[in-house]
Amino acid sequence: MNKTLLILRHEFRHTVKRRGFIVMTVIVPLIALLIIGAFQLVSGIARPTVEATTIGYVDELGGFQQYTSQGYIELVRFDTPDDATDALVRGDINEYFVIPSDYISTGVINRYTLEKQLAASPAITTAINNFLTSNLLAGKVPEATIARIEAPLNLVTTRLTETGAVAPEQGGYGNLIIPFVFGILLALSIIFSSTYLLQGLAEEKENRLIEILLSSVSARQLLTGKVLGIGAAGLVQVAVWVISAPLLLNLASSSIGGFISTIQLPADFIVLAVVYFILGYLLFSVISASIGAVSSNSREGQQLIGVFTIPLLIPLWFTSLLMFLPDNPVWVFFTIFPLSAPVEVIMRLGVADIPVWQLVASIAVLVLSIIGILFLTIRIFRTYLLMYGKRPGIGEVLRCLRSG
Amino acid sequence: MLAVEVSHIAKTFDDKVVVNDLSFSVARGEMFGLIGPNGAGKTTTIRMMMDIIKPDSGEVTILGEKLSEATKNKLGYLPEERGLYRKLGVLDSIIYLASLKGMDRRSAEEKANELLNQTGMLPHKGKKIEELSRGMGQIIQFIVGIIHDPELVVLDEPFAGLDPVNTELLKSMLAELRNQGKALVLSTHQMNEIEELCDRILMINHGCSVLYGNLAEIKSRYRSNSVLLEFEGELGEVAGVTGKRTHKGYTELMLDGKTTPQQVLAHLVSRGIVINRFEIATPPLNEIFLRVVGKAHE
Repeated sequence: MNKTLLILRHEFRHTVKRRGFIVMTVIVPLIALLIIGAFQLVSGIARPTVEATTIGYVDELGGFQQYTSQGYIELVRFDTPDDATDALVRGDINEYFVIPSDYISTGVINRYTLEKQLAASPAITTAINNFLTSNLLAGKVPEATIARIEAPLNLVTTRLTETGAVAPEQGGYGNLIIPFVFGILLALSIIFSSTYLLQGLAEEKENRLIEILLSSVSARQLLTGKVLGIGAAGLVQVAVWVISAPLLLNLASSSIGGFISTIQLPADFIVLAVVYFILGYLLFSVISASIGAVSSNSREGQQLIGVFTIPLLIPLWFTSLLMFLPDNPVWVFFTIFPLSAPVEVIMRLGVADIPVWQLVASIAVLVLSIIGILFLTIRIFRTYLLMYGKRPGIGEVLRCLRSG
Repeated sequence: MLAVEVSHIAKTFDDKVVVNDLSFSVARGEMFGLIGPNGAGKTTTIRMMMDIIKPDSGEVTILGEKLSEATKNKLGYLPEERGLYRKLGVLDSIIYLASLKGMDRRSAEEKANELLNQTGMLPHKGKKIEELSRGMGQIIQFIVGIIHDPELVVLDEPFAGLDPVNTELLKSMLAELRNQGKALVLSTHQMNEIEELCDRILMINHGCSVLYGNLAEIKSRYRSNSVLLEFEGELGEVAGVTGKRTHKGYTELMLDGKTTPQQVLAHLVSRGIVINRFEIATPPLNEIFLRVVGKAHE
């Protein structure tokens, strides 16, 4: 068998058997399951607390007699504020409000409660609002119109394609969740995989196994086999997550419902996620390999690689900005800049469409960076892999690149 | 065809000359000693031979050609500081590294079992490398170095850290390899250790060659012109002997340069002295090294 393939197979097996790798792969879907379970539990506890509420009111203006049943809130009329206060103190009602005689000109409603609170709850505000509106309009407009005035807007957006057909992907907040979660997972997976590569190299360097390996295979074969072997393991991890995502979403939408049921996982998203994982991983692995070659131990190497992972994580920090300003030109920069591209593209996909030219440019820049850094890495790999205990200065590395 | 031909290689690290214009060759069926004190440049020389680092100048030919993928398969190497994948099993480690030398899995496993049996390591084959002692790990590495039946085996400090039993085991295995016609290169700073093993040596100091050639020849060249004698009875005056030095258990007789050891022996026998041991003194490599290096300093 080809020696590169032998190294690839060895590294793949070695990585998927690592405890850390297995835990990462399994724990992500497990945590998602746990969150769904916790949500069900919490909502199961939360629902019974929604109990019937009774609100008293004193009508000094007159004409507010109808519509006293607003959902689970009941409105009870009192003749005077004193009666209402007695009832409140007795606990017959939860609170009461007074409609003063000058209400029409001022709009002021006085509310009385025993609770210490910042403001009335939205449910109560809505109930009082609807009660007032309905009574004010009663008899003047048709019943159906009253309902519309209370809730005039129920916005249903449908996205069309350029041909006028209904687009398969409909957008919305729900669709941001998956790209966001995937952005985090992608970043984690890339960081973990390149750390495995770095640790592996550092281990072989520390125990001098690298000498036996290099007396059997070339530096190019060793690097290629390692990068592809660990990358394949990372791809398996991403595949497990991608495959488990639709199952988990089904489970989630049946129990949580609401906007989660609007989430879709379009095919092109999955394809781009895999493409950007591969490219992002390759980029970070060649960077790791060159760092592994110049650093004297794995701890020092991990500190150095940390510098490169910051741009990878930047898109995650700016999620909220991305949500509200999806068309800002700064995102175009992060889409094309190779270190941040993998996560940025995945996250932008959830918010807006990315023009094709940007995707092409981003992939092209990534591929060129990978080739360029790979070329440099192979040059410094041999020289510094065998310099134990001492990290070369930047000037020395540059000198080696020129002469090597 | 020579197994190794090194001509005028040099290597400089950080303005420090580590190897300076070194040339030597190793024939097949020969055990070659690369000796010198710590930091003399032995390991760097070996790494250049193995194509792990490139020499700044000079050329290395292994088995008649420049080192390539194909020649790497005919080469066995035991590096100076040793390690294996700590978490990997003994048998798996051997098979993986053997497969990188072009062996298929089946024959690698077969040969691994055979060598493990020969070295008494068979009971440990299911263990992980990290569960082995240092010496055991070294035996495993030695197996890795020779499992693919290489034509050239390079061993950097092969006996360091081994107990006497394993040292003898390794020596006998090395002798067997030489008898099979393999070329062996042993590097060590413990010069006396390989005196009994090597046919030829290269002694280096500060990256430069100080002695090179047949070991027996070198030793006779540096002979101190004295004989070692263990005897019973009274020695008295011996013709041609200029001085006597008494060591524990034996006496060293200094000869005057005109008298041969044979004449001294004949003289002693004719006088009826009971001789238990009569040996032409050759200085140990250590002493030769000190004399050569000392001269270089003068």
